[in-house]
Amino acid sequence: MRRVNRDQRATVSVELNGRRLSAEAEPRMSLSDFIRHALGATGTHVGCEHGVCGACTVLIDGVAVRSCLTLAVQADGREVTTVESLADGGVLNPLQQSFRNNHALQCGFCTPGILMSFTDFLRRNPRPSEAEVVEVLSGHICRCTGYAGIIAAVLEAAATMNSNERETS
Amino acid sequence: MKPHPFDYVRADTVEEAVELLGDHGEDARILAGGQSLMAMLNLRLLEPTLLIDISRIPALAEIREMGGKIEVGAAVTQNRLLAWPQLRAKLPLLAAALPFVGHFQTRNRGTACGSIAHADPSSEIPLALVTLEGEVVLRSRSGTRVLPAREFQRGMLMTARRPNELITAVRFPIQTGHQVAFREIARRHGDFAIVAIAAVADGNRVRLGVGGMAGKPATRDFPAGTHLGDAINAFAWELEGYEDMHASARMRRDILRRVGPTVIAEAMRCAA
Repeated sequence: MRRVNRDQRATVSVELNGRRLSAEAEPRMSLSDFIRHALGATGTHVGCEHGVCGACTVLIDGVAVRSCLTLAVQADGREVTTVESLADGGVLNPLQQSFRNNHALQCGFCTPGILMSFTDFLRRNPRPSEAEVVEVLSGHICRCTGYAGIIAAVLEAAATMNSNERETS
Repeated sequence: MKPHPFDYVRADTVEEAVELLGDHGEDARILAGGQSLMAMLNLRLLEPTLLIDISRIPALAEIREMGGKIEVGAAVTQNRLLAWPQLRAKLPLLAAALPFVGHFQTRNRGTACGSIAHADPSSEIPLALVTLEGEVVLRSRSGTRVLPAREFQRGMLMTARRPNELITAVRFPIQTGHQVAFREIARRHGDFAIVAIAAVADGNRVRLGVGGMAGKPATRDFPAGTHLGDAINAFAWELEGYEDMHASARMRRDILRRVGPTVIAEAMRCAA
């Protein structure tokens, strides 16, 4: 049993994008605030804070979840993966490059969450149909693009990643 | 917004969680997936003094078959249940309904039992549980009791769970020889259903389960040969429907009248 009282701060350790980091959090601190304010990784955005908009989506142990609906203390000991993990230096990964190719973002506020959702989803389902992409995208709100570019980008990324796989095998 | 401050305990065993609930009762809330609870805390609709996190209790993370039923533990997420290889064969109604539960991202964390505990009148899992005549397993210091689904859910966000009781699991009877269909009408896929409709058919009768029409999901059995148009119309008037920002009561009744026969036809077509 681990107990943290409301006026206490607990040490929370996570492996953020491959680096083991620790910081203090009071029990009510969300994982999204912990990532941004305690760990300083501000790529993850916070929109609605009640699980509707999807901007704060990150991976916990490889699984896409809302970081605003998860407490920092619940992520203790877990691997947390955020948008900062995707590009290799200045080189965009295939999913990011497809977003760029297809004008799948304008203001970019919702983009980090969408990229993390599809990072998880494309690993589980490397050859998704358009309908499947739309279903996962329904967990995000984008006010700029009208979604068509995002759907095209995800399908293009899936195709690119599959062809890369074939070349290396 | 940020939640009101609370104490947090991560329980390692069911016994620890039950002891804490026994001490704190209504002041405590159980945190499993948190996909409804955390939103309510962030909106300050709830201000519990203690959260008891049960998500890492190994005994609650199991899906197992026992005596003709599938028991789903309180820490099993909706997407884990959806990915369970035997789901389609043993619980086809749940296999049809689960993709409508929230979004991919919330199903990754939200639990089946949490949805039952939250008891939203338009939720898919409580609808499936009552349609299949499932059970809820409740544990307290004084022991375990098992309630039929129709006795468990009392009304909008209200259940028969006592403040000192932990839902440890829900049990769904294995469906054999039944055919199913499920549809819901919502603003977008993954939004709260305006009306959700399930049908389970065998050779002699069809059972219709309806969510989003009253304070809790309702079911009605129609023997073969029933004039469905009249029977579903009567059922719609009986349930009344209710008005919210998405639909009027009249629109809800109309959805049931129009979509109900389609869902029944889908289930019967599978049964034939």
